[in-house]
Amino acid sequence: MSSVQVRLHGLTAEFDSAEQLVQAARTVFEQGFRQIDAFTPYPVEGLPEIIGRTKSAVPLIMLIGGIAGAVIAYGMQWYAMAYYYPLNIGGRPLNSWPLFIPITFELTVLFSALAGVAGFLFLSRLPCVHHPVFSVPGFERVSTDQFFLWIEATDPLFDERSVRHLFERLEARTITEVRGK
Amino acid sequence: MPETKLLEEEIVKSSNLPHLLVRPGETLESASAKISGIVLTGKHPPFWWVSFGIGFILLMGFLYGTIILFMIGVGIWGINIPVAWGFAIVNFVWWIGIGHAGTFISAILLLLAQKWRNSINRLAEAMTLFAVACAGMFPLLHLGRPWTFFWILPYPNTMGLWPQFRSPLVWDVFAVCTYFTVSLIFWYTGLIPDLATMRDRARTRFAKIGFGILSLGWRGSAIHWKHYQTVYLILAGLSTPLVLSVHSVVSADFAVAVLPGWHTTIFPPFFVAGAIYSGFAMVLNIMIPLRYVYRLESLITERHLNCMANVMLVTGLMVGYGYVMETFTSWYSGDIFEQYMVINRSIGPYGWVYWFLILVNIVIPQLLWIRKIRTNPVSLFFVALSINVGMWLERFVIIIVSLHRDFLPSSWGIFAPTGWDWLILFGSIGLFCSLVFLFVRFLPMIPIFEVKEIIVERQEEAA
Repeated sequence: MSSVQVRLHGLTAEFDSAEQLVQAARTVFEQGFRQIDAFTPYPVEGLPEIIGRTKSAVPLIMLIGGIAGAVIAYGMQWYAMAYYYPLNIGGRPLNSWPLFIPITFELTVLFSALAGVAGFLFLSRLPCVHHPVFSVPGFERVSTDQFFLWIEATDPLFDERSVRHLFERLEARTITEVRGK
Repeated sequence: MPETKLLEEEIVKSSNLPHLLVRPGETLESASAKISGIVLTGKHPPFWWVSFGIGFILLMGFLYGTIILFMIGVGIWGINIPVAWGFAIVNFVWWIGIGHAGTFISAILLLLAQKWRNSINRLAEAMTLFAVACAGMFPLLHLGRPWTFFWILPYPNTMGLWPQFRSPLVWDVFAVCTYFTVSLIFWYTGLIPDLATMRDRARTRFAKIGFGILSLGWRGSAIHWKHYQTVYLILAGLSTPLVLSVHSVVSADFAVAVLPGWHTTIFPPFFVAGAIYSGFAMVLNIMIPLRYVYRLESLITERHLNCMANVMLVTGLMVGYGYVMETFTSWYSGDIFEQYMVINRSIGPYGWVYWFLILVNIVIPQLLWIRKIRTNPVSLFFVALSINVGMWLERFVIIIVSLHRDFLPSSWGIFAPTGWDWLILFGSIGLFCSLVFLFVRFLPMIPIFEVKEIIVERQEEAA
């Protein structure tokens, strides 16, 4: 196999508990690494902030989706009922806005929700059914009860030997090189 | 080893079980194994086959009934003038009401930080989807010409026509479609991390690939969790008014009409309370047997049953208040048609239905004041069943009893359901049960990662 050129994607460190992982993530971030990620079986409070992910653009995307939904819904109703095919029903106003509110509300929610889920998937770069970390032995436990920290080789500070040394110092249970094409 | 086992038993005995959300002894591994095992081991108790079998037979009945309906027309039902809205609309309102519990549990209780929602929200949400799917079919079946159903949607057409956006019937289409879509994506978003757990624990190649694709490559990354939690929370925030809007819009179908018994301003909140009432009853009717058969008592505890029973008690009292206010308003209105409606409702040809409704929907649920009844699965199951029957009868009373005698005695009539009415009602229950049992068979019915959060929290408290 030595003839095949395999690229080093990064290094993972495995931990048994969320506290150890949080501690390790904090140290790694303080050391200046930025191309890092942590994998946990359940959301660990504060962990995204520790690795420098303080903001999510999801709320903004959902707001834009919601506004778009409201404008489209009201615009459609106004166009159909007051402009394109006006029906005079007992002299009542054509732009009878209170009656247009239910559909405007429903479509606001619908567009916002769809935009939110699409935004979440896009920002998370999902779907992506394969990722190099899946090749790490024991990584299937991450969805049950194990915790992994990951430093990508693209990080400017990345040096295989020093990262391995750092992980050892953090008392990682296992340290794995992630190699692939 | 026996010593530790003894110690554990001691802890189980001494701790106050009814107050726990997860019984002692559950770990991250055991909870994952227990929940995913139901799907992955592929071994199902006879209960599953019997229940699914009955559901499937009823579903075939539904199929037969709808085929005959499409061939011959709505004349096979008992509907006629003046009762042109029959079982189809009763069933529609009943099912859509049942479909309220899931999103209520998932969204409103999430915002209220009610931890007990965590083990039950998945099943309740799935139930919501299936109930809304059942509900969504009835207005179409009810159309005399179901093949033209899309005329109610706004789309550019050669007739140059638009739907009447000022009509609650059109709002209904938007409300139900939005509710179904948002519930579906909310449910699926909640499933993604668990689908990854299933993928990682799967043994067979088929399951690995299937769950691998469905989980979209979820790997529990902190960055993903960040976006995930944000979107989930906002979806919950959006779903909260949505849940309240759906049955309000359904109630507007009635309240906007001038018919005595329909034309009342109390309808939107009254319908929403009734919807949550029947929704929780259905969740209990499904969850109590499943919890027993799949040995999930350590994850769905007496505390959960108690909490759900409390919600039923509260919403049931709201519904009772609705009945009282309807009667009071009729008298207070001074309108003879309104007053006659109440008299006819209680001592007219369908008077017995009304009193039976009061019995099963208001009187029997008062048993829930007793704590023993709330925490005993068997008694709770029967109270919930009574509520489900009661809420169906409520819609029967609202729709059919109000329609059969309106203003002019010369236009009064009597509605009697035919066998086809009953076949399609029970057939829709078959469709619902088939879907629920297929869900239990193929997807994790308890949110694994949310249960883990509770377990970790408890461990931290203990430490």
